[in-house]
Amino acid sequence: MNKRYVAYAKKAVACVLAFCSTTFLLSGCSLLQKNGQEKEAGSGGKLYVYNWGEYIDDSIVEQFQKETGIEVIYDMFETNEEMYPIISSGAAKYDVVCPSDYMIKKMVDNGLLAEIDFNNVPNIKNIGQQYMDMSKAFDPENKFSVPYNWGTVGIIYNTSKVEGDPDSWNVLWDERYKGNILMQDSVRDAFMVGEKKLGYSLNSTDRAELEAVRDQLIAQKPLVQAYVIDQVRDKMIGGEAALAVIYSGEMLYIQNEIKASGREDQLKYVIPKEGSNLWIDSWVIPKDAPNKANAEKWIDFMCRADIAKKNFEYITYPTPNTAAFELLDKDMRENKAVFPDQEMLKNCEVFQYLGEEADELYNNLWKEVKSN
Amino acid sequence: MNNFLSKIKSRKILVFPYVFWILGFTVVPLILIVIYGLTDKNGVLTFENITSMGTYEHMKALILSLLLSLISTLICLLLAYPLALILKKRGAGAGRFIVFIFVLPMWMNFLLRTLAWQTLLEKNGIINGILSLFTLPGIAVINTNYAIILGMVYNFLPFMVLPIYNVLVKIDDNVVNAARDLGASRRQTFFHILLPLSIPGIVSGITMVFVPALTTFVISNILGGAKILLIGNVIEQEFTRGSGWHLGAGLSLVMMVFIFISMALIAKYDSQEGRTF
Repeated sequence: MNKRYVAYAKKAVACVLAFCSTTFLLSGCSLLQKNGQEKEAGSGGKLYVYNWGEYIDDSIVEQFQKETGIEVIYDMFETNEEMYPIISSGAAKYDVVCPSDYMIKKMVDNGLLAEIDFNNVPNIKNIGQQYMDMSKAFDPENKFSVPYNWGTVGIIYNTSKVEGDPDSWNVLWDERYKGNILMQDSVRDAFMVGEKKLGYSLNSTDRAELEAVRDQLIAQKPLVQAYVIDQVRDKMIGGEAALAVIYSGEMLYIQNEIKASGREDQLKYVIPKEGSNLWIDSWVIPKDAPNKANAEKWIDFMCRADIAKKNFEYITYPTPNTAAFELLDKDMRENKAVFPDQEMLKNCEVFQYLGEEADELYNNLWKEVKSN
Repeated sequence: MNNFLSKIKSRKILVFPYVFWILGFTVVPLILIVIYGLTDKNGVLTFENITSMGTYEHMKALILSLLLSLISTLICLLLAYPLALILKKRGAGAGRFIVFIFVLPMWMNFLLRTLAWQTLLEKNGIINGILSLFTLPGIAVINTNYAIILGMVYNFLPFMVLPIYNVLVKIDDNVVNAARDLGASRRQTFFHILLPLSIPGIVSGITMVFVPALTTFVISNILGGAKILLIGNVIEQEFTRGSGWHLGAGLSLVMMVFIFISMALIAKYDSQEGRTF
């Protein structure tokens, strides 16, 4: 039938297509131009932040954007191990990242970090000297990192479900609490518990020692309810478990929640007498950061006393910012669970980066624990 | 411009997006996985990543994954087939509506639905709360294999119902009536007429449930309390932990064998009876 019409229709479709594609191309060009103009207009550019999940007061990010005109693109990770390949492979470019101590060492060793220009970070004066000294374990010349939070790892326990006041890691192997124990689902944290229980260093690379720790963890596994990371908060608040290995910053949050809900059971925190992990999370700038100047502005902003205080009150992780610490209530400043004294820290160690070979040994042994 | 128009006319240019899609999102990634899977950290050719599937931990995870996903697939089949039969009898309108209701939860994110099961099953969770209200003993399935099977069945059941239903509604009622006319009992009609005719649907249903169940790591992480290591978890951890991309890629290559088997099965039965899903 009407071949002519078909031909017309075909032509019409082709014209429409051609028209669409040219307008599309043109509008694409104008979009690009627009973006360029905005940048030139001095909106402050962009900043790509890579931080732990639930580790900042969101209003602080907004405040930073308002004060500087810098647009913040904020991404989150759950473990150091998950963050590392993203940075090392260059899969995504970030301007400022917040890894923990041993991971910072690994990044320094592998040349992934840029030196921070401290002329652009005048608020560094607010950070206590003891924390800068602590940082020397992984950043010997304090060139690459600025402490953000610090703390310990300990046991949080529900006083209505646990007899007495435990003071040792051994309580996590107590048959009475079968199915009521939460462990950390991250290799170094889990091994730390076993290492300290057996009296080893948490930086051990001795195969025999680590195999002994593996056996301990395998023996413990039937008692463990679950291996968790961020879920530990909700589970302890919901009364799912009696004991959990936890970062000291989470503890205050949990206690506040329990208080707010008006419940009777109490959750207490203890740093076991065998010692534990003393950790610092610090801001670092990756070597190929596209917006290094903005990253330094960010770090300086986070070091401001009012910002650090506001952030502490929200995320409840101990702040190394002594200026902010002075602004806190007396009760809080004297809360030994949050800000432990030197005596409580005497058996604690900072994680070291152990090298690739030891990493692999840890990972393989952890896999054996998990698959058992 | 004329040249451009004629190019469109010849339609070759219209193929470009699909070629780009296949190259960029299928072929190149696949090649990358093969390269990663067959090399070690220093880029030297090795088969160690592949053969490491044979180590005790990996084998154990694989066998457990196979077992759990087989059980889940079987349960899905046993639940889905009678449902599809009932829906067929309901007629087109009502049947379609019920299928729609069935698929409705899939509009919500898979992760959320799995997390919801965690809240339901927890020790102080909703189910145990209701049970204790009636002074019944609580259940303790969370963080066990049972919870993982439950999660798999719940999440993948629609993938079994849809293809089976689609095949069943296409079977002409007259075929069934003819069988009955010729003296076949209900049982005979089912086993000799309905079941053989619906096999293409069953096969695609099985593969659509089995393959994702075999490789899942989210369900086992959330409902298994990270205590139960499936092969999906092993691979996921090799990648997220950083150092094990080569091993992870090697293990993924081994897992592809199962996908090829299921594709072969689909191809075999699909040719007998048109599209099923």
